[in-house]
Amino acid sequence: MSRHQEFRSVQSTLDEHYYDDDDYEEEEEELSAEDQAAMRQGVADVKAALGVEASKVTTKQIEEALYYYYYDVEKTVHYLLTKFIAPAPPKAAKTTQKAKPPGKHISCLSSRGAPRHLPGTSSAATVMMPSPHESLRLYSPIAIPQFGTATPATAMTRSSISAIFDHMPWGNVPSHRLTVFVEPERPRGGLMGGSGAAPKLTRMQQLAAARKKKVADKKPSSSEDAVDTTRQGIQTLSVEDQPKEKENQILNVSGGFGKRQKLSATQAAGRMPLAELSREERQQDGSSSQHDAMPPSAEQDSTAPEPAPELAPPSAFAQTLFGVGAHEPAPVTTRQFALPYMAYCPSLTDAFSKPSPDDVVLTAQAKAGKKTDAAASSKKKNVGVDAVAHDVKALKVDDAPLPKSKNLNVLSEYEKSKSKKTASFVVVGHVDAGKSTMMGRLLLDLGVVDQRTVDKLRKEAEKIGKSSFALAWVLDQRTEERARGVTIDIATNRFETDSTIFTILDAPGHRDFIPNMIAGASQADFAILVIDAGVGAFESGLKGQTREHSLLIRSMGVARVIVAVNKLDTVDWSKERFDEITHQVTGFLTATGFQSKNVSFVPVSGLTGDNLVRRATDPAASWYQGPTLVDELESSEPTTRALNKPLRMSISEVFKTMPSPTTVSGRIDAGSLQVGDALLVQPSGEKAYVKSMLVDEEPADWAVAGQNAILHLSNIDPIHLRVGDIICDPTHPIQCLDSFTLKALAFDFLMPMPVDVHRGRIHAAGTIEAIPAILDKVTGSVTKKKPKIVKPASVARLVVKLSTKLPLEAGQRVVLRSGGETVAAGLLE
Amino acid sequence: MKLSRTKGVAELLAHGGTDEDVVTLTPEEPEDMWHANNLIAVDDILRAHAIRKVTRTTNTGSTTSDRVHTTLTIRVESTFFDPVASALHVSGPVVEENENVSTGQYHTLDLELNRQFTLLKPGGWDSVAKETLAEALRPESGDDLAAVVMQEGLANICVVTEFRTVLKQRVEHSIPKKRAGSSALDNGTKAFYEKVMNTLLRAVDFEPKDGNGSRALLLASPGFVATEFRKYMQEQAQRTNDKKLMAIARDAMVVHSSSGHIHALNEILKSPEVQSRMKDTKYGSETKMMDDFFKRLRNDDGRAWYGVKPVEKAVNEGAVGSGGGVLMVNNSLFRNMDVATRKRYVGLVDKVKAAGGDARVLSSDHESGQRLDALGGIAAVLTYPIFDLDESDDEEAGGDEGQNGEGMAI
Repeated sequence: MSRHQEFRSVQSTLDEHYYDDDDYEEEEEELSAEDQAAMRQGVADVKAALGVEASKVTTKQIEEALYYYYYDVEKTVHYLLTKFIAPAPPKAAKTTQKAKPPGKHISCLSSRGAPRHLPGTSSAATVMMPSPHESLRLYSPIAIPQFGTATPATAMTRSSISAIFDHMPWGNVPSHRLTVFVEPERPRGGLMGGSGAAPKLTRMQQLAAARKKKVADKKPSSSEDAVDTTRQGIQTLSVEDQPKEKENQILNVSGGFGKRQKLSATQAAGRMPLAELSREERQQDGSSSQHDAMPPSAEQDSTAPEPAPELAPPSAFAQTLFGVGAHEPAPVTTRQFALPYMAYCPSLTDAFSKPSPDDVVLTAQAKAGKKTDAAASSKKKNVGVDAVAHDVKALKVDDAPLPKSKNLNVLSEYEKSKSKKTASFVVVGHVDAGKSTMMGRLLLDLGVVDQRTVDKLRKEAEKIGKSSFALAWVLDQRTEERARGVTIDIATNRFETDSTIFTILDAPGHRDFIPNMIAGASQADFAILVIDAGVGAFESGLKGQTREHSLLIRSMGVARVIVAVNKLDTVDWSKERFDEITHQVTGFLTATGFQSKNVSFVPVSGLTGDNLVRRATDPAASWYQGPTLVDELESSEPTTRALNKPLRMSISEVFKTMPSPTTVSGRIDAGSLQVGDALLVQPSGEKAYVKSMLVDEEPADWAVAGQNAILHLSNIDPIHLRVGDIICDPTHPIQCLDSFTLKALAFDFLMPMPVDVHRGRIHAAGTIEAIPAILDKVTGSVTKKKPKIVKPASVARLVVKLSTKLPLEAGQRVVLRSGGETVAAGLLE
Repeated sequence: MKLSRTKGVAELLAHGGTDEDVVTLTPEEPEDMWHANNLIAVDDILRAHAIRKVTRTTNTGSTTSDRVHTTLTIRVESTFFDPVASALHVSGPVVEENENVSTGQYHTLDLELNRQFTLLKPGGWDSVAKETLAEALRPESGDDLAAVVMQEGLANICVVTEFRTVLKQRVEHSIPKKRAGSSALDNGTKAFYEKVMNTLLRAVDFEPKDGNGSRALLLASPGFVATEFRKYMQEQAQRTNDKKLMAIARDAMVVHSSSGHIHALNEILKSPEVQSRMKDTKYGSETKMMDDFFKRLRNDDGRAWYGVKPVEKAVNEGAVGSGGGVLMVNNSLFRNMDVATRKRYVGLVDKVKAAGGDARVLSSDHESGQRLDALGGIAAVLTYPIFDLDESDDEEAGGDEGQNGEGMAI
């Protein structure tokens, strides 16, 4: 009990407490469980812990004690026991009595201890248990201190379990030497799931438990798992089960233990396979009897002695074990054997409805040691029973994991995980169109950033006389960006709606930072084009980066664009202005190559937040009743991902973190990867291993195309990693080329000339070396060989030579720029 | 480069040529090595100081080897020029025997500053070679400047002289991207600036020997990198009280470029700040010429052509003549070429000059020359438009492909 509480954070036990209290109060206090305050709950816990002694102390005393100990039930109980209950000698006696349910443990323990302490005796029950149970015994001592309220299930299952042993030859042990399992006190309902409401152990029990714990010290953490399994198995047991079935189940359980031992030896997560087992058991056994919900009467029945079943001849195994003496079983049928390992099962019935803090810690540890708890990955998915079961099923293959990789079938994992959609979008537009401010406002309104942060930024912004930049500063975090009031590099941020996790890529609008914008656009599924509706600003934007950005996002493969007509509040939400802009922008977007069905317009005000998350409040804007920006975002279907292709991930960042000095982040362009995978970093050609990873800032075991992952790498020096490098599958490495052929759409005159080559984060110098052909725009056939110049808006095949080798492959989108202008964009051939 | 009187002409003339074909030059500046590289062509006879390891076998069979200072004369087979170190290595078989080396033995002459060498062109000096020599003998303009073309995480430190652009050092530094609440970026930027500054001070000599002021520094970048770098230099100068650095930082010019790659130097050299300073220099005019050419090419008026074949055709037709005809040839075409090819290009240059056109040999070591290199090293602006110059080119290309195909079949 006490350990149990130590291990559990208040948060994770809360539910259990509520649950326990339900039962408890229904019977004894008849309080409604849901509305309990912490005190009330604590009192209940204490009372439960005190058991019958609860009457010896007043509620007020408990409350005071609780308050003093800050709701630490254990300490409170201890205090109450020593202060009010224990001091008088007769009361001390009562304390032992009070701990009657554990009293049964004593007997259990002693029964288990007996064979050891009495060598030479052809020992009783313990020895005669089937061998798997021997291993089970190891766990009992740990579980007893942790999960003290063992009795109910014991009581419930005892008769059925004992039936098994009716078949066993008990040897020629004198009956007085046979272990007598004392029938436990009839449990109160509240103890059924009552990890939180378990009675306090006596010193003796604690001592015994501690000793036992030492024995089984190697698997302290996993004992819970074991218990969990057993618990689930017991849940499914019904009193009326046929012995045969029960045998199966017990074997199952023991099998689970065996498996668990194996797993714990490899430090892999043992929980899932066990859960799997328990699930199988559940399926196997149609009984839905939840022991928690079981009426006391049923339990009463279970404790009633069962008529002696017919005895089967001893099994071959038993005969081997016990020899000839075993052929005549002793008349033990009337004895009630509460199996020791059963004792602690019920206490854990609820312990694993949620991952315990131990699990969390274990997960973290396992991650650090390159072995991830599968539970963690399932955690982030919807933790319905089904989902868990799914995961468990998928994990079944991985019972014997490799030292590093879990060898998951990532794609099927991905299909199974019914996680939210992920989508990333890039925010583009002319400089000062209000991109960053709008995104800052969006994050504020969605609660990703709190008002306090913004207020703080506003204060800082006011200091340098730029208070209107406060919202933009949410994303513009560089000192330079703040000082100059201009976004320089891509800022990424995340927010979630009910259906989708979005990654924002806030691109710089200034023409000097278009390389960064290209880097952002290369990671995006769709785009928000922000247009300044202000008088003159729209027109200058259209000539400036509004056009270039649209061209770029189109050539980077972004098909869907949401046009946010910003700053409409400055023109009094004029519908005419909006329509005019809509008209013009539609025109030139379709000319750029966007389909009009993929273009939508939203009138917004980034500064005030109108039509971003909420509708515009200004009555002048009431003419617009269409979807808000967030609505539009949600309706945007993310593009299909190249999941089955070999892994390609472009590094957008290299940094140091605690888990690994070589941490990279980036978007997975194609394929999938998982923890333990070997990776190849190009162009350096160095191999690395995935130590652990984060997907959308959550620990994960795997990641697929389209996701933004942070990889903690091992076995690689940071000098081999640079922004723009490609991480790929070593079996299907990406080639490093210093010359490539490009089928490009020209935006400007092209001739053999030096160009800047952009691909994602890569920004390299190159030269158009030759122009083999001009191609027909529609058919792609050659219309002119070796032209000396390529005119704008025509498609040509270009041979580009690079100054250095770069990881490039066919199908990649490349942008060529020259003299600060985008001159061509196209696909690698 | 200094021209001196040649001694021992008679022996040299045994290899051909006349008195006039022999020059003795003394390179005085690193730049002169580059000129020498342009002057020395294959099959020339070069006499220069040499250090050779000579192994002698004594009567008893033991060997001694010595490093001997001697003067050797070789027939040039190949040259190698290291632009950063400005070192020129010329190799070929020895043609004049002496006590250490017999004829036919190969030697690589390392031309050294302030040690004269004698060059004989047995076939005579052509017009291009003469022009190169004239250029080499012209006194240094001293207008070279140091330039740092940078962007975040990348800096190209180069020295722009009248005849060439030398990339002294390329600095790459991985700067962390921006992350919430991280100071890594600022630190990373600082570290980058520091690296660039230290490299710059090591790679570029800001106090030329003649001592007429310090060498000008040009900082170019997109965005604010150059400005910030200049600020950083000033801060560092103040912190360390380094007067020299302070002067450099104070006089540094900050110009805009579209990227940090070296070919952005092109834009920089066009910027008014640089133009005003270097307008009379060779590369100033070269850059302008190339820009004009590209402008014409964009207009597609049939007057701008590039590539050897169309240009050769145009020149042969006399289309590159007086009245705006310009022929641009990269000096790389004249270097290390076999004599016949060189003659062909020299012939083109002579023809254009004879027709009254402007024939320019561009330095391939400048950005403009690099651009011309991309066009095949030769381009021309015609006096009158011709539109079908590349038609036959296509056919030839087809023929080439056919040949290739055959080659592959075999």
